[in-house]
Amino acid sequence: MSNKVIKDRMGMIITEEDAPEKMEVEATEVKAPAEKDSPVLIYYNWCKKCGICVAFCPTGCLGRKSDGSPYVQAPEKCIHCETCDRLCPDFAITGAKEK
Amino acid sequence: MANIPQKVVHQYLRHDKKFPHVWCAGCSNGIILGAIIRAIASMELDRDNLVMVSGIGCSSRMPVYIDLNTLHTLHGRAIAFATGIKMHKPKMKVIVVTGDGDCTAIGGNHLIHAARRNIDLNVILVNNNIYGMTGGQCSPTTPYGAFATTAPYGNIEPDFDICNLVLGAGASFVARTTAFHVVEMQNYIQAAIEHPGFSMIEVLSACPVIYGRLNKKGGAPQMMKEFRDNSLPVTAVDKLPPDQVEGKIIRGILRKEIRPEYCAAYADLVSRVQVTGGKNDAKI
Repeated sequence: MSNKVIKDRMGMIITEEDAPEKMEVEATEVKAPAEKDSPVLIYYNWCKKCGICVAFCPTGCLGRKSDGSPYVQAPEKCIHCETCDRLCPDFAITGAKEK
Repeated sequence: MANIPQKVVHQYLRHDKKFPHVWCAGCSNGIILGAIIRAIASMELDRDNLVMVSGIGCSSRMPVYIDLNTLHTLHGRAIAFATGIKMHKPKMKVIVVTGDGDCTAIGGNHLIHAARRNIDLNVILVNNNIYGMTGGQCSPTTPYGAFATTAPYGNIEPDFDICNLVLGAGASFVARTTAFHVVEMQNYIQAAIEHPGFSMIEVLSACPVIYGRLNKKGGAPQMMKEFRDNSLPVTAVDKLPPDQVEGKIIRGILRKEIRPEYCAAYADLVSRVQVTGGKNDAKI
């Protein structure tokens, strides 16, 4: 892991010291629920993979894919607190309860 | 793009603009724009009675994306243009979004004189400690010793405390919060819009791509965690020993008082002089 070179979107090399959260990506297979069953909706077209929603999810409902984008890893853990909704800089995730 | 959500925030965005927006990954400007939209939506204000004014800078791109009456003006002159709007249409709610360099360096005079005059503007000052859009030059709020592209060996200038500056200039509503405390920010924006008189909210924001990288702050989540762990509400400051308060960001409403508002005073003056024809009052 320590020898791995990761480049960000602008092509700059990121070291572990610069951005440790970018090194903690999960390379395992992703099993996200289908959109209609998911408590959290993610709009990948607008997402810039900054990692804020995953870092501040209080229950660990969200996980990170190997490319850094979020996915719903534990749909039953979502408490609809809307933290991801409010903290997303790109308006790309909504965790509100459907009415 | 088929499934763009129809939540509150998305109803206030201009969908004919290019999304995802222009800000870097992890930039707090989007969070602040979301808080402004939620505040406006929860107050159920008429959109025709709202205007958002901005200058030049990263944060000043906000009016491009929000569907209100908007004005994107000269560098540093956002408050000057907003004063003109408020004087012409005193019933309009004017929100000014500016950055730290825009408002305290280039437009510093407009800020202090609007505060002194107590004209009913709502200034949301997004402080990211650096000139982000132009490549990371040091701004008046870059902390002492921090790095910037024009300060590669560390900044040797002390930084501005913007809230103290505006308090000294006589503003009637001053608050400080950070981009992490979104609900608090939303409440302060609501309180500022309701407040009659000059109100300024300083929002500390994270610039992970330029300021964060130059100063080894980590990514966006690390910078947000720093805001969370390194700030104190103003009500807790008196109860804690001084060594725990030192170096922390003090959040909260620092001043809220009712003082004569400039537009109301001007309308008074006009009606008073019109009655007398200006003959008895003028002392020249």
